[in-house]
Amino acid sequence: MSYKIYIPIDSTAKSLGANEVAHLIELKAQSRKIDLQIIRNGSRGLFWLEPMLEVETDQGRIAYGPVTENDIESLFDAEFFMGKAHPLCLGVTEEIDWLKKQERLTFARVGVIDPINIKDYEKHDGFKGLKKAIQLKPNEIVKEVTDSGLRGRGGAAFPTGIKWQTVHDVPSDKKYIVCNADEGDSGTYSDRMIMENDPFVLIEGMIIAGLAVGADKGYIYLRSEYPDALKVLNEAIETAKQNNYLGQNILGSQFNFELEVTRAAGAYICGEETSLLESLEGKRGMVRYKPPLPAIEGLYGKPTVVNNVISLATVPIILDKGAKHYADFGMGRSKGTLPIQLAGNLKKTGLIEKAFGITLRELLYEFGGGSATGKPIKAAQVGGPLGAFIPEAQFDMPLDYETFAKVNAVVGHGGIVAFDDTVDMSKMARYSFEFCAIESCGKCTPCRIGSTRGMEVIDKIKSGIDVEKNEKLLRDLSETMVDGSLCAMGGMTPFPVISALNYFPADFGLDKDLSKA
Amino acid sequence: MTVSKKELDKVSECIERFKDKPGALLPLMHAIQDNIGYIPEDCYPQIAKAYNHSVAEVHGFVTFYHHFRRHPAGKNVLQICRAESCQSMGSEALEAHCKQTLGIDYHQTSEDNLITLEPIYCLGNCACSPAVMINDQVIGRVTKEKINNLIKKLK
Ligand SMILES: Cc1cc2nc3c(=O)[nH]c(=O)nc-3n(C[C@H](O)[C@H](O)[C@H](O)COP(=O)(O)O)c2cc1C
Ligand code: SF4
Ligand code: FES
Repeated sequence: MSYKIYIPIDSTAKSLGANEVAHLIELKAQSRKIDLQIIRNGSRGLFWLEPMLEVETDQGRIAYGPVTENDIESLFDAEFFMGKAHPLCLGVTEEIDWLKKQERLTFARVGVIDPINIKDYEKHDGFKGLKKAIQLKPNEIVKEVTDSGLRGRGGAAFPTGIKWQTVHDVPSDKKYIVCNADEGDSGTYSDRMIMENDPFVLIEGMIIAGLAVGADKGYIYLRSEYPDALKVLNEAIETAKQNNYLGQNILGSQFNFELEVTRAAGAYICGEETSLLESLEGKRGMVRYKPPLPAIEGLYGKPTVVNNVISLATVPIILDKGAKHYADFGMGRSKGTLPIQLAGNLKKTGLIEKAFGITLRELLYEFGGGSATGKPIKAAQVGGPLGAFIPEAQFDMPLDYETFAKVNAVVGHGGIVAFDDTVDMSKMARYSFEFCAIESCGKCTPCRIGSTRGMEVIDKIKSGIDVEKNEKLLRDLSETMVDGSLCAMGGMTPFPVISALNYFPADFGLDKDLSKA
Repeated sequence: MTVSKKELDKVSECIERFKDKPGALLPLMHAIQDNIGYIPEDCYPQIAKAYNHSVAEVHGFVTFYHHFRRHPAGKNVLQICRAESCQSMGSEALEAHCKQTLGIDYHQTSEDNLITLEPIYCLGNCACSPAVMINDQVIGRVTKEKINNLIKKLK
C-alpha cells in the first residue's frame, strides 16, 4: 500500500529546510521499507508552520508542522504517513482556523496541487475560465472583467476592465500582454507564490487577456531575485504549449498566443510600467512621460496591457464563476478579495486571501498573533516602501482603497510589515529616502537629488541642529518631491517619511509636548 | 582586468544567439553573466557593433541595473536583504555581523576569494525575515549562528 505525502516546494518553505526534510523522509521511507509517494506541492502560506507536511487520508489531508530534520524519526515512529497522532499534528488542513477563515479565490489551488502538473491543474477547475472565454466575443470578456470590479493589484488599483477596453478599442496590427512580475515591494510575496505554486493560473489569465484585447504575444517580466519562479514558469509554459493552450489555434480556435519570460535585472524602478517597457525593449529603465498611456502606445509603440501577476491570475476565476460571484466579495469600490501578505515582526506570517474590509487589527493580531518578539506593535507599513507607516491608532481601519487614501496611506500590493516598539521611526524615514536615492531612475531632480538631501536633513534633525528650521525644510522638500516627480518613486517616498514624522515625532527628537513646555 | 580568450569566445557565442531577438540586451547580458560571471567592459564595443548601439549606450545599460556585475565576483555571492521586513527582524545586526566576520564591506570580496557580499532589496521571503541568498538559494530566519554555519560550509 502506497501513502501520499505532500511536501512544499515553495521557496520560503525551502528557505526553512523543506528540501532537506523531503530528502530525509525519502531516505527514511526506503530504509523502513515504506512505500511513500512524495508530491512536491505549493505552500498553503502558513509560513510559521513551514515546512508543513500533509498526508492524504480518508478524512482529507492531515498536516504536520513545523517539521525539522530532527522530527523525522519520531514522525515515522508515530506512523504519520497514515495520518496518526504526533505532537506536530495540526489536524485536517482545511480545518486549520487560519485557512478556514480565508476566502481563497485567486489562491484556490495554491498549496493544494503540484504546481507543474497540468492534469492536477485541470482537475482543480484549471482552464475552465479560458474555455468559457473562448466561447465569448472579446467585448464580452472585457465586460465580465469590468463588471467584476477587479482593480489592479500592482499598486495603482486602476480598474482592469477599463484598461483592457482601451487596448481592445485601439486598432493595431500588433498588441501585447505584459505581466508585471517585478514584485519589488518589501513585505510582498503573493506574485512569487502564484508563479511558483500555481503558474498555470497566470498563464491562463494572460491567454484570456490576449483573447479579450486581440493580442497574440505575451511577456512575463520577472524580477531576477526569483530564480525558482523562473524555472517553474518556463516549465509550465513548455507544458502549456504541448497541450495546445499556447501556440497556434488554441483549443481548436482561430486564436494564437505565444508567451515568454524575460528576466529583469534588479532595478526597483522597473516595476513602474513604463520603465518596465523600456527595459523589456532592451534599454535603461527610464520612466516615460504619460500620455501616451501604455494601453495606447506601449511595448514598441503598440497597444499593451500591463497588469500585475495577481490581477491576471484573478481573471480565470472571474470568467469561470462569473463577474457577480467575484464582485459579491469586498466593500464599497474595493470589490473581491485581496491576497494579503503578513510580514516582518509577527508571530504568524503568511498569505491571507480575504475580502476587502478586514481591519489591520484583525490581520495583525488575530491572524498575525501579535509581534514575534512579544512586544507591542508600534507601526505597520502597508503597500511597500512607498506606503505610509500606520500607527496603532489607525489599526481599526478596514482594508479598502478609499479608506486608506483618506489618511494618505495605500493598500498597494497588499503587503503588511509589522514593527515592534524597538523600531526607531526616524531611521525608517531615513531609509525611505535612501532607498529612493538608490533606486531613482534619475530623470527628475526632486527624486534624484531630493532623496539624498532628505537623508541629510533627517540626520541634522537627529543631531539637534536647527531643528525647527530643518523640520520645515523636510516638509518643504517632501512637498517638492510629491509635486515635482514624474512617477510615484519620487512622488510617494514622502508618504512613509511624513507619516513617520507626524505619528512618531519623538523618534526624531521632536517631542511636541516637551517643546511646548 | 583583461578578458581571457575563452571568455571572449563565450561572449561572442551569446552575442550571436540573441542577434535577431527584439529587446535583446536584457537576455544577452544575463547570458553573458551566467556564462562567465560578469560583463567585461572590453566586450562593450563588440556588443555595441552587433546590436547597433553606441558603446556609451551599452555602458549606460549595464550600469543601470544592479544585477549586472562589471567585475568577477568571488566563488560565492552572499546577498543580505536590507529591506523593511528584514529590518524589522534585525537584519541590521546581521549585516554588521557578516561584514565583521568576513572583514569586508558590501560590494567587496573576501581575501580568499570565497565570498562576495552584496546588499539586496527584498527576496520575497519576508514571511521569514531576516533573509539572505547564497548563490541561488534563499535562507530564512537567519541568525548569527546560522550564517556562521553557512559560511563555514562554503569553505
Ligand atoms: C516605483 C514603482 C514601482 C512599481 N513596482 C511594481 C511592481 O513591482 N509590480 C507591479 O505589478 N506594479 C508595480 N508598479 C505599478 C505599475 O506601474 C503598474 O501600475 C501596474 O503594473 C499595473 O498593473 P495592475 O493594474 O494590474 O496593477 C510600480 C509603480 C511604481 C511607481
Ligand atoms: S520620480 Fe524618480 S524614479 Fe520616477 S521618473 Fe522621476 S527620477 Fe525617475
Ligand atoms: S524584505 Fe527581506 S525578504 Fe522581503
